[in-house]
Amino acid sequence: MILSINIVENDIFNMLLIAAIYLGIFSVAGLFLVLLERKVAAWFQLRLGPNRVGPWGLLQTMADALKLVSKELTGTIKADKFLYNLAPYFVIISSLMALAVFPFTQEFQAFDINIGIFFLIAISSIGVIGILLGGWASNNKFALIGAMRSGVQTISYELSVGLSLVTMVLLTGTLQLSEIIEVQKSGWLIVQGHIPAIIAFMIYMIAGTAETNRAPFDMVEAESELGAGFHTEYSGMKFAYFFLAEFINMFIIAAIGTTVFFGGWLSPFGITESIPWLGIFWFLGKTFALVFLMMWFRWTFPRLRVDQLLTLEWKYLLPLNLLNIVLMALIVWLGLTIQI
Amino acid sequence: MSYFGDIYKGIKTLLTGMSVTGKVFLNNKNNSITQQYPDNRETLKMFNRFRGEVVMPHNEKNEHTCTGCQKCEIACPNGSIEIIWDRQIDPESGKKKKMIDKHIYHLGMCTMCGLCIEACPTDAILWAQNYENSVYDRTKLTKVLNQPGSKIMPGVED
Ligand code: SF4
Ligand code: SF4
Repeated sequence: MILSINIVENDIFNMLLIAAIYLGIFSVAGLFLVLLERKVAAWFQLRLGPNRVGPWGLLQTMADALKLVSKELTGTIKADKFLYNLAPYFVIISSLMALAVFPFTQEFQAFDINIGIFFLIAISSIGVIGILLGGWASNNKFALIGAMRSGVQTISYELSVGLSLVTMVLLTGTLQLSEIIEVQKSGWLIVQGHIPAIIAFMIYMIAGTAETNRAPFDMVEAESELGAGFHTEYSGMKFAYFFLAEFINMFIIAAIGTTVFFGGWLSPFGITESIPWLGIFWFLGKTFALVFLMMWFRWTFPRLRVDQLLTLEWKYLLPLNLLNIVLMALIVWLGLTIQI
Repeated sequence: MSYFGDIYKGIKTLLTGMSVTGKVFLNNKNNSITQQYPDNRETLKMFNRFRGEVVMPHNEKNEHTCTGCQKCEIACPNGSIEIIWDRQIDPESGKKKKMIDKHIYHLGMCTMCGLCIEACPTDAILWAQNYENSVYDRTKLTKVLNQPGSKIMPGVED
């Protein structure tokens, strides 16, 4: 399936069509990510995971989604109705918007702007407004604490995500995602930038996991202390939006990692260069490897305390990141990069 | 330089943790502990210490080892056991002695505490490992543990 998507004809119909296709693909993909998470969790815990609905339980999350759609939307009486209803859309729209800029293959990219990375960083911070709104408007102390924690966490770790990506931008010299991949035709950036790139990648993965509010950084919805955190008061489809957004965000973090560090749709050593449409499989393969890494984190490490979370960011990740940028600048300046 | 030492230690311990879970992940297929319950009804065996319900085993001659001493009845904290007993002439010795008529056990009330089994001096009652104990009629939960026509195994009381 190759869609030659170019926003050359500035056609409203085309835009709607592309939007519908993206929404369709990614809401289904989000559901399967949930399923993957449950399966991986089960395997880590010596269980089997969902295996009743459909072959190997493949339709389990579809059934769950249908159940959620059919559920009543409840809420608190004293909630701020407008903000309360707005919050889930804020979260899901901001995560879906970020998907538009990824180059899945050479041609399959909906929106190739020249500030791609900047756009991604900006959009991924908007989601937190939705979380803050949700927590505030629910009028529930657990939701409020969860939302405030989310604010602290996202503001702190946003810095590390941004700076580790800036480190890589020093190498590429461009913010446009398609050009970043073009640069990597002479070696993936993690190879080109060797030591500082690897440090940047590690920092990116840690901070990225924190950005998506996943364990071990899931203080936002720490079940054991906050009920369900910021979405305590949401039910049915609104809850499903939050849930889906979390998984799409995970995909986005992994996809940025793939694009910036592992050459996006490029195949290793150019083995399938003659068949460009295979790029999508390389892209998804690398992305899912990173998603798996994040799931591996989740099912290995215990949750951090808030003070530990802030110590990790401000005392370790941030100074290391700044040093790393200097190191990368030196390497680029002295021409010590590895070019294949 | 404990700062860099901490970083090194942190990364090392994180990797140790990940290798442990990674090994579990890779070996999962062979030793997954999940039971596929309704499917494996025929083969599923509960472990020995499982407490399903109290039963009184009988041998092939329909004999049990309950002397009717009522210790289990006294031990039960919630009165789940009732013993209906009688003094009858023992056909062998010709003496009058205490014998159980019915050893009644209310499974619906039992908390599976096991005190009755602890208390029994002749090990006449035991735990069974069955687990599908739900019924539609709660009178079915009142059970008579000694089988009809059963008698005490000779020599138990000596
Ligand atoms: S297990 Fe406990 S509650 Fe049940 S019959 Fe025996 S003593 Fe009573
Ligand atoms: S079951 Fe045991 S304790 Fe209970 S009456 Fe019989 S011999 Fe006594």
